[in-house]
Amino acid sequence: MTPDPMLARNLLHQMVRIRRFEEKSAELYSAGKIRGFLHLYIGEEAVAVGVMQALQPQDAVFATYREHGHALARGLSAGAIMAEMYGKVEGCSHGRGGSMHLFDAAAKFYGGNAIVGGGLPLTVGYALAQKMQQRSGLAACFFGEGAIAEGEFHESMNLAALWNVPALFLCENNLYAMGTALERSEADTNLVEKAASYRMAGKSVDGMDVLAVVEAAQQAVQFVRAGNGPYFLEFRTYRFRAHSMFDPELYRSKAEVERWKQRCPIAGFSARAISEGWLTSETIAAIETEVAREIAQAVEFAEAGTWEPVETLTRDVYTARTQTE
Amino acid sequence: MNAVTAPVVTTTYREALRMALREALQRDPRVFLMGEDVGRYGGTYAVSKGLLEEFGEERIRDTPLSESAFVGAGIGAALNGMLPVVEVMTCNFSLLALDQILNNAATLRHMSGGQFNIPLVIRMATGAGRQLAAQHSHSFEGWYAHIPGIRVVTPATLEDARGMLWTALMDPDPVIMFENALLYNLEGELAADAGAVDIDRAAVRRAGSDLTLVTYGGSLPKTLQAAERLAAQNISAEVIDLRTLRPLDMTTVLASLAKTHRMVIIDEGWKSGSLAAEIMARVMEQAFYELDAPIERVCSAEVPIPYARHLEQAAIPQVETILAAALRTVK
Repeated sequence: MTPDPMLARNLLHQMVRIRRFEEKSAELYSAGKIRGFLHLYIGEEAVAVGVMQALQPQDAVFATYREHGHALARGLSAGAIMAEMYGKVEGCSHGRGGSMHLFDAAAKFYGGNAIVGGGLPLTVGYALAQKMQQRSGLAACFFGEGAIAEGEFHESMNLAALWNVPALFLCENNLYAMGTALERSEADTNLVEKAASYRMAGKSVDGMDVLAVVEAAQQAVQFVRAGNGPYFLEFRTYRFRAHSMFDPELYRSKAEVERWKQRCPIAGFSARAISEGWLTSETIAAIETEVAREIAQAVEFAEAGTWEPVETLTRDVYTARTQTE
Repeated sequence: MNAVTAPVVTTTYREALRMALREALQRDPRVFLMGEDVGRYGGTYAVSKGLLEEFGEERIRDTPLSESAFVGAGIGAALNGMLPVVEVMTCNFSLLALDQILNNAATLRHMSGGQFNIPLVIRMATGAGRQLAAQHSHSFEGWYAHIPGIRVVTPATLEDARGMLWTALMDPDPVIMFENALLYNLEGELAADAGAVDIDRAAVRRAGSDLTLVTYGGSLPKTLQAAERLAAQNISAEVIDLRTLRPLDMTTVLASLAKTHRMVIIDEGWKSGSLAAEIMARVMEQAFYELDAPIERVCSAEVPIPYARHLEQAAIPQVETILAAALRTVK
């Protein structure tokens, strides 16, 4: 596909936002501002950005514990995400979730799930409810290729296809389930065939090429919206950073990482955008400036945020309700 | 003054549950039932018999044997405007869905900072006593009651079988309803206009003054029989049906203890780490000086429930063992 300059700018802008946000997060993690687990999306930006481009506000998004990028691309503010990682009340989950549990009801962003495959059944049920209430939005679920080995993946794929629900299954195949390579954990590494075994339409896409992602996601969304049932997309991608901040990366070679970095979705798209005349280097520089300002403001927002008083520790476990007489 | 007798119907626990489901389905289009064999088969315990014909396949939804997926789907549908009733055939199979129940249903509201509600009801059969051996005889009520974020209810009477479902569905948070399989054939009279009941309070099922018998679910009929036998020996036992295991209504329990000063807890769960242990602990914390005797517990033996009838019966609470514990307590 050939993007118009506006789309090209937006795609690059969103990818750069994620990249710089993640770089800042890593820095703040080392500085002790962010604690817990931190899983960076660096290298995989084209997937979230390309898919979100194809989704509408009425669609729901379910994501994984590597979801900062999805949250940003879905429209959550960088400040609310950063404040969440700081554990502040101003965070998008009021400091109760952290990096792995970003939520935003208004954006129909349903997390942030730290159990591999845990969001898949939720997506099926959400999509079923859309169908039963004759609503138009679909339910999109991101998950890594590690989830393919979970029983919940197979149960959910079957149920979604059996009930013909408007769900989009978005597999981010970054080749490693933490440190276990796909070919070391799956007898059959063809993921689209697995979807096909549930009679679900599917396609494998280059997840390092944002335009390929946009195009495939748009086709898949159209397929689901037309009432044809669920759709499965595999995005072949790669994370440039370690699994989390505690990963010494003993399971893959530096040469392999370097090879994939040559296919960086941001560098690749920027170069192509200039050579095709979609963007100028001035525009790209302006994007960087804009993003740098946004990230700086996000950190300021998080720093200025407040700690929830311990007195309200047990809030939101149950909905406040009046006693039934 | 004319005594007006309210009309009653003779019914069973199973039929009372079905009445509750039918009423909920009629009353609110957001309600639907899903689970294994709830539709064409009519429900493993025949609770949903006839509902498929009445409400159709969209709302009485047979599922594959995918506990994790359909329980999770119930959570997803509840997040999105529906009021799902998910039937897990028995609590034994609920372990396959435990991740969804514990990591999603119980946590999503809290982890999101209160942005979401999950008005879901999960029904499951529970309990031993039918010679089904270890894998089909579990009592996990106490386990589930350990989890903040869910509510656990245990209807043990026709009124509660008829009335708890609607209240649970109107609750904005997930509710797990345990139906002891030995209660399905329980027969009795129910007010013709019986409807929703509260799910907040324990109930005094028999008033008494000498000791308090605290129980719930499938052990209630046995406990009431034991109280009857005690009455024959001039011992007046008060019987408390907890009804809701989380949150626990300790107010009712402690009010009874303040009167009797003696207590036996009857709980079909294994004794170690049981709900009975939790009640004992709370009595120690909140009412230690009310006690005139050590609290006794009648729980399941520390063994996977055996098949052979005499062994199975020996493993779970019985009228005789309740009686013996009560006599030790008042001695």
